[in-house]
Amino acid sequence: MLVQPTLLQRCLLAMLVLGILLAPVWLAPEYWLRAILIPFLILALAALGLNILQGYCGQVSLGSGGFMAVGAYLAYNLFMRVPGVPVVAAILAGGAGAALVGLVFGLPSLRIRGLYLAVATLALQFFADWAFLRIKWFTQDSASGQVSVPQLQVLGLPIESPAAKYLFCLTFLCVFLLLAHHLVRGAIGREWVAVRDMEVAATALGIRPPHAKLTAFAVSSFYIGVAGALWGFVHLGAWEPAAFGIERSFQLLFMVLIGGLGALSGALYGPAFLVMLPLLLDHLPRLFGVEMSSALTTHLSSMSLGALIVFFLIKEPRGLSHWVRLSVARSRRRADAG
Amino acid sequence: MAGMLYALVALGFVLIFKASGVFNFAQGSMVLFAALAMARFAQWIPQWTGLHGRLAVGLLAFVLAMLLMLAVAWVVQRWVLAKLVNQEGTTLLMATLGVSHFLDGLGQIVFGTDVYTIDAGLPKAPLLLGEVWFPGGILVSQEDLVAAAVAAALVAVLAVGFRYTATGRALRAVSDDPQAAQSLGIPLQRMWLLVWAVAGFVALVAGMVWGSKLGVQYALSMVALKALPVVILGGLTSVPGAIVGGLIVGVGEKLSEVYLGPTLGGGIEIWFAYVLALVVLLVRPQGLFGEKLINRV
Repeated sequence: MLVQPTLLQRCLLAMLVLGILLAPVWLAPEYWLRAILIPFLILALAALGLNILQGYCGQVSLGSGGFMAVGAYLAYNLFMRVPGVPVVAAILAGGAGAALVGLVFGLPSLRIRGLYLAVATLALQFFADWAFLRIKWFTQDSASGQVSVPQLQVLGLPIESPAAKYLFCLTFLCVFLLLAHHLVRGAIGREWVAVRDMEVAATALGIRPPHAKLTAFAVSSFYIGVAGALWGFVHLGAWEPAAFGIERSFQLLFMVLIGGLGALSGALYGPAFLVMLPLLLDHLPRLFGVEMSSALTTHLSSMSLGALIVFFLIKEPRGLSHWVRLSVARSRRRADAG
Repeated sequence: MAGMLYALVALGFVLIFKASGVFNFAQGSMVLFAALAMARFAQWIPQWTGLHGRLAVGLLAFVLAMLLMLAVAWVVQRWVLAKLVNQEGTTLLMATLGVSHFLDGLGQIVFGTDVYTIDAGLPKAPLLLGEVWFPGGILVSQEDLVAAAVAAALVAVLAVGFRYTATGRALRAVSDDPQAAQSLGIPLQRMWLLVWAVAGFVALVAGMVWGSKLGVQYALSMVALKALPVVILGGLTSVPGAIVGGLIVGVGEKLSEVYLGPTLGGGIEIWFAYVLALVVLLVRPQGLFGEKLINRV
């Protein structure tokens, strides 16, 4: 039996969650914030976007890195070319630009599906790689092809220390998580799921698949574009197109797969797991007194990632989030019985 | 030349897709893995056995690399695909992405990350053709000619095998409808193992051709991503389509770079193939030579 929590319990829970979220600001060492928590928050936002498209609407995408690049470079150009644009506005505009590009590259999904669509989204990935490297307008004729943003300020407060960056990204993630929660529970989210599960039946129910698919593409690209802008502005500060290459697309796909397709919590578990994995592989052998070269660690993490993907596809296609839900339900049953 | 390699990688794609409906993202990693194995075995064998004859070492290395690819095929089939029978195409695609990462990591741990060369004993000197017809003639590398001949021979054998042998017929039946094929007594598992082994063989040949020309390195694995548009262009189920698609992409890339590159800023090789594939997808989704798929409700 699931007992509804009382108001007091809810308040306590909310305070607990808030406490846990804010604790890293004071407790975590700077390295943790910079190397683990901030990448985690931003990648979680991107994974959320991909999950909307792939988990809820069932459209495969291998172009997430490309969408991130579009978001980052558009935000950069707006920020640098138009004086006085607030950072947040520039980042959101980057997302909006990515959404437009998403609409265009979502068009093939109306005719093709599955494997073919994956190839179509790869086209975007490679095109973005090229465009931001070769078209000088985007990089403002930077000689090295690298672009960098100056000191960021929000409402007069500088976003400079890792703690400030952490809070900035956390705010973004929370707002977008809440938004996604309402979207997937609402009419549009149900349309996405219906199209994913059976397009013909959805049509028979009066749902327009083109409408559902294109909105999913737009919303998803918006999320990923915002994440890309954050990745460039807040996490990297200075970047080149390689930061948003095909490996990034694969990484996001793996995050969503391991975290759980079609579950918002999956967009948190997956990135958390994948950000921790290389660190784990780096530190575990050291605990046992084995020294490994960094190249070996890289290859080992690539290997274990591949093995994990296969393992999850076979054993738990619904990912970590499903597994967590099952364990919670099991422990609750045990508590009821005992 | 690049076109030939794309064609060989695409051939592996098509084989596996035809027989099991799996879109094999790991084909590029298999090429890398096979080439690495080949290059390293050729280095190691003289140290282990004291053999020095170039032919003997080469042959032994080839056999060992082939055995390794057989093992890969067996592992993939036994531990990955057999567990995912009757899953959706996209699930299988993601599984092969996993396999691809696994092979990349494993290959570089076992065989190292340096650039290696394979000495396949191909003649290097360029050949001058066509001087009889017009002055100057065309310079053609003998290596490229041998590679083209190898690819053509492979395609011919495979095409004939698919059409006329009992095994080929069984494979076509499996790709059409695995369940019906199984109920007719076709051993699904063995068929898939076979086709992965053949794809491994094709990967080894592709790896050797490429490795003897430009050396074996990690970038080889990325070539596979170029083979995707090739199979889309040629049609996913067509063996000759893979070759023609590979040539079109290989030649188109270079020509577009030469003629369009200067106006667009250069480097358009990266996306040319993909945009071409996108156009083909929108106009003729089954590709140039593919079978037409009709989606019924």
